[in-house]
Amino acid sequence: MADIKTEQLTGKIKVPKINESAATEDRANRAREEQNVLLGFPPSKPDNWQEIALNKMGELLTKYKSLKLFLDVCVKCGACTDKCHYFLGTGDPNNMPVARQELMRKVYRKHFTTAGKLFPGLSRAEELTEDVMDEWWNYYHQCSQCRRCSVFCPFGIDTAEISMAAREIMNSVGMGQKYSNEVLGKVVTVGNNLGIEKPALQNSLEFLEDDVKEETGTDVKFPLDQKNAEVLLIAPSADFFSSPHIEGLIGYGKVFHEAGVSWTMSSYASEFANFGMFIGNYDLMKKVAIRIRDAAEELNVKRIVVGECGHAWRVAYSFWNTLIGPFDFLDPEHRSPAHICEFTLDLIQRDALKIDKSYNDDLVVTFHDSCNVARGSRMGNSPGGQFEIPRELIKSVCRNFVDMDEETIREVTYCCGAGGGLLTDELMDLRVKGAMPRAQALHEVMERNGVNTMAMICAICKAQFTKVLPEYGVDMSVVASVHQLVSNAIVLGGKKGV
Amino acid sequence: MKGLSTLSLVFIFLCYTSAAIFLAGFVRKVYEYAVTPSPLKIPTMPAPTTKGGVVLRMTGEVLFFTSLFKGNKWTWIGGYIFHIVFLLIVLRHLRYVLVPTPEVIYFIGPFGIHAGIILVVSAGYLFARRIFVDRTRYISSGADYFALILMALIAATGLAMQFLFMADVSAVKDFMVGLVTFSPVNIPDDHLFIVHLTLVMVLLVYLPFSKLMHAGGIFFSPTRVMVDDCNEKRHINPWDR
Ligand code: SF4
Ligand code: SF4
Repeated sequence: MADIKTEQLTGKIKVPKINESAATEDRANRAREEQNVLLGFPPSKPDNWQEIALNKMGELLTKYKSLKLFLDVCVKCGACTDKCHYFLGTGDPNNMPVARQELMRKVYRKHFTTAGKLFPGLSRAEELTEDVMDEWWNYYHQCSQCRRCSVFCPFGIDTAEISMAAREIMNSVGMGQKYSNEVLGKVVTVGNNLGIEKPALQNSLEFLEDDVKEETGTDVKFPLDQKNAEVLLIAPSADFFSSPHIEGLIGYGKVFHEAGVSWTMSSYASEFANFGMFIGNYDLMKKVAIRIRDAAEELNVKRIVVGECGHAWRVAYSFWNTLIGPFDFLDPEHRSPAHICEFTLDLIQRDALKIDKSYNDDLVVTFHDSCNVARGSRMGNSPGGQFEIPRELIKSVCRNFVDMDEETIREVTYCCGAGGGLLTDELMDLRVKGAMPRAQALHEVMERNGVNTMAMICAICKAQFTKVLPEYGVDMSVVASVHQLVSNAIVLGGKKGV
Repeated sequence: MKGLSTLSLVFIFLCYTSAAIFLAGFVRKVYEYAVTPSPLKIPTMPAPTTKGGVVLRMTGEVLFFTSLFKGNKWTWIGGYIFHIVFLLIVLRHLRYVLVPTPEVIYFIGPFGIHAGIILVVSAGYLFARRIFVDRTRYISSGADYFALILMALIAATGLAMQFLFMADVSAVKDFMVGLVTFSPVNIPDDHLFIVHLTLVMVLLVYLPFSKLMHAGGIFFSPTRVMVDDCNEKRHINPWDR
C-alpha cells in the first residue's frame, strides 16, 4: 500500500486532465467457480458466452426501463464527466460516467439498434468481444453505484443502473466478482456477510454486554432471537465486530434500554447489507431481503428498525415493500422500516432519553452523507429528511457541529470510494484515489474549524475511511458512528423512557 | 396529381416517406419506453412525494433544464439557448402549414429571424465546447458532431433563403399547405429551398434512431418521473407479482 500516490490535501477538489488507462491496473478479483455456482451462476465462462451475454442483455432491456432509456437518450452533453469521484481521483477517462456507460452503449448500438447495425462507424458501435468484456470487467467494477452522476444529468441517467446490469450480464456468463459473490454466498447460507454462526454471534453479544456493564455499571442487553419483542433490529454484520461500527451498536442498545422498548436481533437474519443490489440481481436481492421478513414474522415483532448502513437503507426504504412487502403482519402504525436515526431522534424529541451533550464537548463533528442514503432513500416525512434527521440527531447530542463544503454534502455528496462491492483489498489503489474528494472536503473543515470527528451512518463508509484516510495522513480516529456520539452522551438511568 | 413535375413527384414522395418514418419511429420508441417495466422505485432522491410534485420537477427539467444547470453552467447556457431558439423557429414555421395562421405565430415572426442566427451561433458554441474541453472531446463521436452540423446547416439555409436570396414565400407556403392537406402542388423552383427541405427530411428520419430521441425519452426517465412514495403505496414489479 505504501506506493499509492495520494494527492496532497489542500481542501480543494481539482478536476484532473484526462490520463488514458490510468486505472487499468485496478482490477477486481474473479470469483471462484464454487462461489458462482452457489449463487446459481455458471462456474466459469462457457464457450458460447457471447451469445448468452447478449441474450441476457436483451432480456434486461425488456425488464428495465432505466437501462433501455438510458442507453438511448444520452446526448453526450458532458455534464456528468467531472462528477465521479473515481474520475476525479484517477483521471482515467473511462471513469467519466458517460464513458463508463459507453462501454455498454457501444455494444447496445451494435446488437440492438438499427442505426448501429447500418452505420457502425458514425456512433461507435462495437461487437461484444473479449476485449470489450475485459473493459466491462475493469470499469463496471470501478463504479460504486453512488448515483452522483444522475443528479446532474439532464435526463437523470443513472450509471449505477448500467453497472448493475453489466454485472448481472457478467455473472450470467460465470464472470462473478469475488468479493460480492463470496459475501452473498455467506449471507444466503449462514445469514450474514461475515459468515458468523449463531454461537459466535451470541458470544460476541455477551462480551458486549459485559463490556458495557463494566464501563457504565448498567445492564444493557443485546438480545438475540427474543420472541415477541416489540422491535426487530437489523444491523449490518460489521456492527458486531468492527470499529467504529460496534460503538454504534452499543449506542442502539443504550437507546432501547433507556427508552424501555423491548427489542431483539435475529441470528437467522443477522445482516442488513444486501449485495444483491450491487450485482444487479433481482432474485438474490429478494432472497437476501426475505430472510428479514421471515425473521420478523417468526419472532412475532411489531416493527422493524434498522441500523447504520447506506445501501441497505436504500434497499429497505425503496425496495423492501416491492420485494418482500406488504408488511401487513406488523403494527399498522409501523409497517415501513424505521431507520435507527429516525427512531432515536424521535425519542429525544419526545424527551424520552436523558442526554448530556457535554460528554461530546471534546469533539468537533462533521457529517458524511452516505451516497445511497442521500440519493437512494429518504427519512422522515419530507424529501431531504435523510439529510436533516442525522444532522439533527448529531446536534441533539453534541454542541460542536460544522458541515463540510456544500458542494460535497447532502444531495451532491461524494461516495466514500468503496461502495457498490468495491470494499476489497485488491482495489485499494482505486479506493484511496476515489476517497480524494471527501478527504479534501474533510481536510478543509479540519483546518478551518478544528473538526476532529466525521460521523456517518454506513458500515462500508466506516470500513473504507478507517482504512484510506491514513493514506492521506488523517488519523482513522476521526471516523465515528452517529450512534457512537449518541452512546457517549446518553445518561443511563436518567429517564423513564417512552 | 396532374401537372406535377418529376422533381415535385420525387420530393413529395420523400416528404411523405420521411414524415412517416419519423412518426412511426418516434411512436415506436415512445411506446417502448412506456411499456418497458420499472421493477423498482429508483427516483434520484430527494424526490417529490406526490404526483403533483413530479409534475413540478419535470416542468423544471423540461422548461429550464434544472439538472443540467446544476451540472455545468457553460453547457447549460449554450444548450438552453439552442433549444429555446429551436422551439421558436419550429413554431414560426407553423405559418407555412397552418391556414389561416394563428395570430401568435405572427407574433413570434420577428423573433424567428434572430432565432435563426442564434441557432447557428449556439450550435457553433456547442461544437467548439466539444472540441476544446478535453473531457467532452473524449466522449464525442461522429454522431454528436453530425447532429450539430445538421442543425446549423438547416438554420443557415433557412437564413440564406430569407436574407440572401429572398425565396418566394408564398410558393413555399403553397407547397407546404399542399403537402399537409394531401393535395400536393409543384415544388418551388428554388435550389436553396430544396436543400433546406432535404436537410429537414434527413433530420426527421435520423431523429428516432439517434440520441435526439432524448426529446421523447425525457418524459419517461424513471429517476425523474417516479414518485417517492415507496412505503405509502406498494410499487408492484410486473415481472415479479
Ligand atoms: S450528463 Fe447525462 S446526457 Fe450528459 S453526457 Fe452525462 S449521461 Fe450523457
Ligand atoms: S454512480 Fe457514482 S461511481 Fe458510478 S459512475 Fe456515477 S458517480 Fe461514478
